[in-house]
Amino acid sequence: MNKNIAKIEDPILSVRDLTVAYDKNEAVKQVSVDFKKNSVTAIMGPSGCGKSTLLRAFNRMHELYENIHITGQIILNEEDIMKMPPIKVRRNLGMVFQRPNPFPTMSIYDNVIAGYKLNGIRLKKSEKDEIVERSLKDVALWDEVKDTLFKKGTFLSGGQQQRLCIARALAFSPEVILLDEPTSALDPIATSKIEEMLINLKKNYTIIMVTHNMSQAARISDYSLFMYLGELVEYDKTKTMFTNPKEKRTEEYLTGKFS
Amino acid sequence: MNSDKITKIVLVSVSFLILLIAGGMVFSLVSGAIPSFKEFGFSFITSKEWNPTEGRENYSALPFIAGTLMTSVTALLIALPLSFATSLFLGEYYRNTKIATILGTMVDLLAGIPSIVYGLWGFYVLRPIMVDLGLGNQGFGVFTAGLILSIMIIPYATSLSNEIIAMVPNDLKEAAYSLGATRLEVTLSVTVPAARSGIFAGYILAFGRALGETMAVTMLIGNSNLIPDNLFSSGNTMASVIANQFGEADGLKLSSLIAIALLLFVITGIINGVGKYIIKKFD
Amino acid sequence: MERVNPISYPDHSKRRILKEKIFLGLVIALSAITVSPIILIISKLVIKGVKQFSFDFIFKTTPNTYEAMTAVASGENIPGGVLNGISGTLLMVAAAALIAIPLGITSGVFLYENQGKRLANLVRNVSDILQGVPSIVLGLISYMWIVKHITHGFSALAGSVSLSIMMVPMIVRSTEETLKMIPNSIKEAALALGVPYYKVIIKVLIPTGFSGMLTGILLAISRVIGETAPLMLTALGSTMVNWDITQPTSALPLLVWEFYNDPNMVDLIWSTSLLLMVIVLIFNLVSKKIAKSRQ
Repeated sequence: MNKNIAKIEDPILSVRDLTVAYDKNEAVKQVSVDFKKNSVTAIMGPSGCGKSTLLRAFNRMHELYENIHITGQIILNEEDIMKMPPIKVRRNLGMVFQRPNPFPTMSIYDNVIAGYKLNGIRLKKSEKDEIVERSLKDVALWDEVKDTLFKKGTFLSGGQQQRLCIARALAFSPEVILLDEPTSALDPIATSKIEEMLINLKKNYTIIMVTHNMSQAARISDYSLFMYLGELVEYDKTKTMFTNPKEKRTEEYLTGKFS
Repeated sequence: MNSDKITKIVLVSVSFLILLIAGGMVFSLVSGAIPSFKEFGFSFITSKEWNPTEGRENYSALPFIAGTLMTSVTALLIALPLSFATSLFLGEYYRNTKIATILGTMVDLLAGIPSIVYGLWGFYVLRPIMVDLGLGNQGFGVFTAGLILSIMIIPYATSLSNEIIAMVPNDLKEAAYSLGATRLEVTLSVTVPAARSGIFAGYILAFGRALGETMAVTMLIGNSNLIPDNLFSSGNTMASVIANQFGEADGLKLSSLIAIALLLFVITGIINGVGKYIIKKFD
Repeated sequence: MERVNPISYPDHSKRRILKEKIFLGLVIALSAITVSPIILIISKLVIKGVKQFSFDFIFKTTPNTYEAMTAVASGENIPGGVLNGISGTLLMVAAAALIAIPLGITSGVFLYENQGKRLANLVRNVSDILQGVPSIVLGLISYMWIVKHITHGFSALAGSVSLSIMMVPMIVRSTEETLKMIPNSIKEAALALGVPYYKVIIKVLIPTGFSGMLTGILLAISRVIGETAPLMLTALGSTMVNWDITQPTSALPLLVWEFYNDPNMVDLIWSTSLLLMVIVLIFNLVSKKIAKSRQ
């Protein structure tokens, strides 16, 4: 196996020769990888290895910044999304960030349907209600907030805020959900709630998650991807990688020789 | 007594001087205004007439309160879109670029131009344009004064809102982009709402500036003592009437001018207090 | 759980991207309009004002209206200059700075040393309110205090007092802000050595924050140099160079006002305004430069 190519049968998202450079520093080098539908894939690696940069390339977040250059192909459902308008792409790939970032001026309700509002899509009240309820139930937040839907989202606890942000991404029913270390700012109880929820979500969504937490990857991911210095080092079923890593660097990382 | 104690006493007493100055100002204005208030009572702010003719003297601040509000509101309405666009240019679209630095410096320089130079420019450049358009009394009037005032207050509104807009956390904007919003949608639905109190405070402070500006207004408003009928009538503001009529004033007239100064002091004080309060709450 | 309601809404991306572009165009156009007056004003001053610039303009006092009238009638430049204005501005701004700097810096240090205390908050709020008081009101105050009771007539001192009340709040604020940025450890290190408090202020705090305070002072000076309204009520003006602080005195902005009101002298307004503007800009830019070099 070419170590920079990892193929999977019938993928939902395929990446080919993806390179991301900050000015002239390549942070992701020639990565090619496929992602399986309705699964959780964890992207791991030491800090600075390019894992977040890779994730943010999938929904073309890098294009918000002028000094970042991307080359390569990203194919979602057999369509090259590098050729689509970014605003269209991003609707199909929802994103959740490291720190919970609900919109501070909006209520919980408005936060959930923010995507529709921002995109200028007018919905009937009943449609809105349905989307809000469904999305909040998906993240197991409905029971906690159903009586305070019109209060500001910033009054919630950190874990609740992060689940609200996930609900916000789910409201659009995207194909893929990208999570960038979603639990790194949260306490262990909030973290385990979110992990449990992610496992449930994969029935309906494809989840790609960056994590610096190996045990988290082991707990919830089906596939794991290990990156080092911008390169894809190893990609396999999580169980296989954790029990029998093929690359020496992966083994060293998993056994805590470096981090 | 040790030196530390002396230092503390010096610091306190010098700072106390600031309170003393402010208190003294209020005291002097009030005591200077008392003769006028005694003579006219409430009609000082309700009667429509400012008449210095001897024997029939009647002084009311109403025409000037009206003139002040009309020019300042005109100025604010003109400044609003311009300053909003400029703060988006500086704080969002071209943040941290060379062109923004240049534009920002130019906006700052606008604040540095002396009021009297604005007045001259307004008199020799803007007024003839108003005459050509057939507006105002020989080009003088509330609107011309408001127009020049708007240029003068733009820097105050812009610098604060630009700063606050630039401070809106990036992760909020990214969250909105990740939902497929365009930059315009992110800006209007997320960035500006998150910065709204700062932007609002900037406009309030700018409005406070407009209320008290003197020279440029004096040179362009046409200096009449009547309540302006419309935007193109001449009039006077509270500040411009003091500048215009102070030279020949004594007795009841001087007291009335001082009373106007007191009103102006109180109004600008309240406006500025509100603006600063909003900023503080926002921090 | 079944996946409901997939994205079936049209994204209108073309229309939205077009809107975005139109808005950006609007932002650029309005921003250009916003800054155009600065270019228009300065170029007007330069074009109309430069031809009056000469040695005499800087080193002679203002002509009387008759001299000006004859010169204009025979098509010559107006003789004389604005020396009385330059000297008056220098005198009054220097005196105002002399009053405002010690007062402003001391109060700024007080506010810094008493963060969160009630008296300090009161002083800070009052100082903020003073900053918003219209300059004409300050002129009136100074008239009531100085002209009426101290110099018993219009005077440079009365002008300086009104300008200094404008300057103090700006200096207070910049001093406090600057000191707040100095790391506490520097102050503590000095105090730990047993240095008396006033020495820590004079030898450590003020020198460390010097450039920041200087920025504030220069900016405050640049703001008051162009002030006209308060001087009309206090310094009145004079056709001669005057260095006596108790006497009526001219200033550059006062001269602009006088020339504006005298049809014979009108030719001088542009050059005088240009000179005033240049001085203001120099103070402004120098203070910006210092502020930038600190970062």
